[in-house]
Amino acid sequence: MSQTVFEPWNDPQAKPLIQFKNVTKRFGDFTAIDNQTFDIYEGEFFALLGPSGCGKTTMMRMLGGFEKVTEGQILLAGQDMAPIPPNKRAVNMMFQSYALFPHLSVYDNIAFGLKRDKMPKDQLAERVAQMLKLVRLEKFAKRKPHQISGGQRQRVALARSLAKAPKLLLLDEPLGALDAKLRQDTQFELVDIQEKTGTTFVIVTHDQEEAMTVASRVAVMDDGKIMQADTPANIYEVPNSVYVADFIGDVTIIEGRATRNGEGYDIAFAEGQPVLHAESDKSFQNGQTCHLAIRPEKVSITAEKPEARNALKGTILDIAYLGNLSTYHVKLETGQIIKAQTANTRRLSRRSFTWEDTVWLSWTDSAGILLEG
Amino acid sequence: MRRKILIAVPYLWLLALFLVPFLIVLKISLSDIALAIPPYVPTLDPGGGWAGIKEFFAGLDFENFKFLTTDDLYWKAYLSSLQIAFIATLLTLIVAYPIAYGMASAPDHWRPTLMMLVILPFWTSFLIRVYSWVGILSNEGYLNQLLLGIGVISEPLTILNTNVAVYIGIVYTYLPFMILPIYAALERMDGSLLEAAEDLGCSRITAFWLVTFPLSKNGIIAGCFLVFIPTIGEFVIPSLLGGSRTLMIGKVLWEEFFNNRDWPVASAVAVILLIILIIPIILFQRNEQKQREAEG
Repeated sequence: MSQTVFEPWNDPQAKPLIQFKNVTKRFGDFTAIDNQTFDIYEGEFFALLGPSGCGKTTMMRMLGGFEKVTEGQILLAGQDMAPIPPNKRAVNMMFQSYALFPHLSVYDNIAFGLKRDKMPKDQLAERVAQMLKLVRLEKFAKRKPHQISGGQRQRVALARSLAKAPKLLLLDEPLGALDAKLRQDTQFELVDIQEKTGTTFVIVTHDQEEAMTVASRVAVMDDGKIMQADTPANIYEVPNSVYVADFIGDVTIIEGRATRNGEGYDIAFAEGQPVLHAESDKSFQNGQTCHLAIRPEKVSITAEKPEARNALKGTILDIAYLGNLSTYHVKLETGQIIKAQTANTRRLSRRSFTWEDTVWLSWTDSAGILLEG
Repeated sequence: MRRKILIAVPYLWLLALFLVPFLIVLKISLSDIALAIPPYVPTLDPGGGWAGIKEFFAGLDFENFKFLTTDDLYWKAYLSSLQIAFIATLLTLIVAYPIAYGMASAPDHWRPTLMMLVILPFWTSFLIRVYSWVGILSNEGYLNQLLLGIGVISEPLTILNTNVAVYIGIVYTYLPFMILPIYAALERMDGSLLEAAEDLGCSRITAFWLVTFPLSKNGIIAGCFLVFIPTIGEFVIPSLLGGSRTLMIGKVLWEEFFNNRDWPVASAVAVILLIILIIPIILFQRNEQKQREAEG
């Protein structure tokens, strides 16, 4: 264990690079960001994830200086950012549309920011060459933006925003305009470049897979609030609310009443159905409404009644075949639908279950997460 | 076959309404003045047969073009027209650019209204609009009354019948031709380009010179040609607003035709004017084509 884990957010000694302190942003009557306080640390790859209109882009534009904070403060390395205009901030942004200057060559686009800083000529040429190499576009330096492909344009935009070696790089849906295959490759490339340069990245995206792949921490946003900011694994495995559990990945939510039993709680969710059990360190009062969130891949599906504490009988309503996986939608007698996922290790023709089959679903006590709301 | 007919339509149109009239003018410019109707010789006599045609061509010569070089009025008029057109184009650009910029940065729902306001003057006769400037610019006109009234001047300014009035008239008349192409170029511009420029360290003003201005260059060039080309041959504005010292080729042309009734010389003036205009027209076409290629 020579490698230290990178989690400055768990280190009380670590000084955050960016601090949001009770930040509120209003557009007229509309509150885009609602009293948010959180920190981003140096070297992080921080993702703001949420549906459109949740305030993630506003959050980023405030960091870039394109929107003014209505209330509260944003600090960059301890310094209040409010009076500093975008052209004086040690922050650069990669725009969703890339915003490459169409009248300038790839080289001049990348050199644009450096020229504004009056960087000496030989130093400038060296820096641009370095950037071109980083994004593997050495051969395209003389081309104009309309003479290169979408993926290349994306890399030019990245090189341009990194050229000034900002303390913080903002990426607004950086891969939104690329097709699915290119997008996957570029995700890893982004992580690679982030590690190479050591720059702190803040990315805005609505694509959860993208956020999970690239980010050190993901902040799930809804309605101007960060619902949860944590590592991708924690966001997925221990969501703190039904909203986060539901937003990230596939999940079945069962509403019921909790009763304390040993290490966890018994959950009564419907007449005539067995009582479920889930371990939890949260505290519920007896009879309190609770939500049990279960990921489909943690539910096993069998023909015979299994020897498990959480076992429910139902019929298969739907099968979603995804190639490597199949998701079964199983309907209980009460009408509740529970999703179960299995890996397709066998050929499709030898699949054990089909529509209308009666099956048993089961999961362990630690598989489900008990949530309040 | 149908496609050929379709393609032929615009060509026939150009042939009938552009090439044929031009050939007639060219023919008249090679003729000699005469006291007759029409006031030149030779005229083609279709009844004369082959000999008639031969006689007709023998009567044509370049005398009128030679005559244009002997009197310095003509080349001075050409030069003066070019100069007035050049200065007027610059003035129009200076007035039009801020208007186009304002229109392009106005909120979306305002733009059709602003566009309407720019085009609206076209609904009134051009002649009436230019004529109304006489009432504004004359010694007893509204402008002098206003300036005298608020005490800026104590003597009325003489603007009418000077080149200043001609410039005002040209800028006023051709302003929409300059505004519209510049507006079109500015409106197409992606707003995030300016944010990107600012993000990379530009102030608002340098962002304008490094991004907005170069990206509106094609609109500026198009607008300049659209003003410059018709202004060279402009006749109504200098004759209504200009003075006796305003020398423009359009005015000379008109005087040759209607005061001197010297159609052949007037036609020669027109032919030379056309040759002068061909250069900027070709440049204009090339600019348009380059722009299309850049966008394609």
